[in-house]
Amino acid sequence: MPQSMQPGDAKAAEIKAVSIGKTFGAFHALKNLSLDIGRGEFLTLLGPSGSGKTTFLMILAGFTAPTTGRLMMDGKDITDVPAEDRSYGMVFQGYALFPHLTVEQNIAFPLKVRGHSSADVKRKVAEIVERVGLTGHEKKLPAKLSGGQQQRVALARALVFEPSVLLLDEPFSALDKNLREMMQQEVKRLHQETGTTFVFVTHDQSEALALSSRVAIFNHGELLQVGKPQDVYERPSNRFVAEFLGEINLLPLDTVELNGETAAGKFEDRTIVLNKSITLAGKKAVAAVRPEHMFISASPQTSDCNAITCRVEGATYFGASTKYHLRTRSGTSLAVSMPTASTSPIAPQSDVWVSWPVHQGFLLPDGG
Amino acid sequence: MIGKSITSRKILLLAPLLLFLGLAYVVPFLGVVRWSFTMPEVGLGQYRALMTDPLVQSVFIRTLRICLIVTAAVLVTAYAIAYVWVRGSSVQRMLAEFCILVPFWISVLTRAFGWLAMLSNRGLINTWLQSAGIISEPLALARNELGVIIGMTHFLIPFAVFPIASAMRSIDERVLLAARGMGASRTRIFWTVFVPLTYGGLIGAGLIVFVFALGFFVTPAILGGGRSVMVAELVYLRIFQSPDWGLGAAISVVLVLFIGALLALMRRFIKPAHLIG
Repeated sequence: MPQSMQPGDAKAAEIKAVSIGKTFGAFHALKNLSLDIGRGEFLTLLGPSGSGKTTFLMILAGFTAPTTGRLMMDGKDITDVPAEDRSYGMVFQGYALFPHLTVEQNIAFPLKVRGHSSADVKRKVAEIVERVGLTGHEKKLPAKLSGGQQQRVALARALVFEPSVLLLDEPFSALDKNLREMMQQEVKRLHQETGTTFVFVTHDQSEALALSSRVAIFNHGELLQVGKPQDVYERPSNRFVAEFLGEINLLPLDTVELNGETAAGKFEDRTIVLNKSITLAGKKAVAAVRPEHMFISASPQTSDCNAITCRVEGATYFGASTKYHLRTRSGTSLAVSMPTASTSPIAPQSDVWVSWPVHQGFLLPDGG
Repeated sequence: MIGKSITSRKILLLAPLLLFLGLAYVVPFLGVVRWSFTMPEVGLGQYRALMTDPLVQSVFIRTLRICLIVTAAVLVTAYAIAYVWVRGSSVQRMLAEFCILVPFWISVLTRAFGWLAMLSNRGLINTWLQSAGIISEPLALARNELGVIIGMTHFLIPFAVFPIASAMRSIDERVLLAARGMGASRTRIFWTVFVPLTYGGLIGAGLIVFVFALGFFVTPAILGGGRSVMVAELVYLRIFQSPDWGLGAAISVVLVLFIGALLALMRRFIKPAHLIG
């Protein structure tokens, strides 16, 4: 297999967005956004629809001009450089293949635009066709290909000219689950092989966590948090991020006391000890714990654990795991997810203890 | 034209049109077909004459030539108008709509005489050019083939704009963005992406215009001034101004067969629904 693109030898770029704002009439699509995209990283822009993530991608691509702020690439101001001169690779939602051109011609397009010799075009196209697994489909029109194959053509076309940045706008939204997982692995592999900077837009949190080196979470035109998948999942800085990245249990705390590395608060009549991940001077707060970090037992676990009493209301079987629905004495509902294999069934309406290790719980501002 | 999926009840909706076409077109045309084989005597005499008569042949050749030139001129002009209509600013769009719709509201006769007033020897254009001292003798703009071509082109432009605009509208904006993102200039995107994606509309528009132009009567009669007779006018002359009904009928039959063949060809390339948009 030809290996012209070794990790590190690609001209991956770093991008710095400084105070980017975008308004459409009275609508603020992006508010004062600053973000550094590192050389060769895989950054995912994650958020619900209308959160501004696609607007930001379009600004990166140069298709949309920001209302305020500057965009720098490798230290140069590129805010006013048009898309055609930025030369980023881009994979669009729906792929945007040229319907009148064959697979080969689609992939050759950016090379021809750049004036490569026909021998060079031929060699590079053949190389990437093999790399993305499209051998045998070179002469077909896009309409004759399956969704996954069209996706491969779009990737090949975006990568064939070895761009310094690859932008991907919800590329997998049209694919079914199995194919989507396959293509995710494919994209991850291509990122590792090319070493190019990838900026990926999605509204699918598990996709974001699975692929990225860092995740940037958007809501209502604001960048809420940027961090490694594990950090944003386990140490979200606010409630939106915590809830958007996956199911989470929120226990309202009466008083919060900060002592050194930990914080303590009262829930019902139990003292809950948590990581002091954020400072909350005199504010109301909630304790946040992911369902898979909690476990159910007949007696309270004490060593480095918090424990509260609950009543089991029901269970949902998911194969590998079973999710229990519970309610605390004061009426807060709770979900606990446990591996099916390691637990014996728990009868509904029984009173149990729900425990979790101190380091797995964290503090979030109430209502924020 | 009727698909098998259309139920008998739905055919009722089409009945008035089918009845009208049958009574006003098919039945009389069968009469014309009969004339072509029976007048003045039974046989293929008129078709033989049609093959050999140099006048008839020159009219057919002129008709084809005019129709081809008109089709080319219409496609280029209509493409420009459709482009502005689909992709222009809101003011440009309004202007384009005006250019497309106003001709529809003015009768073909009025428009032909309007062009005559512009193009004739003592018409507006020649008067202006002469009084400005640019020319001394009037240009031959009307009462010849050029006048016919100008008048027909103007008349047929709107019919080509609709299928072309429909093709332009169905282009996915992201495909054009993708081309830009790959570094292609606007000129390159236009010629290598935009135009190829409208070929279907262009072929459809071309066939509609060409077929329509073949049967033109009023415009060539007025703007050609009898000097560039086209097929439809020849049929009229044979039937109304000479006792040669048989030859006129035979010419009509040949014209209908030719147009039928063209339409059959068109159906192989594009679906009729794509033409209306």
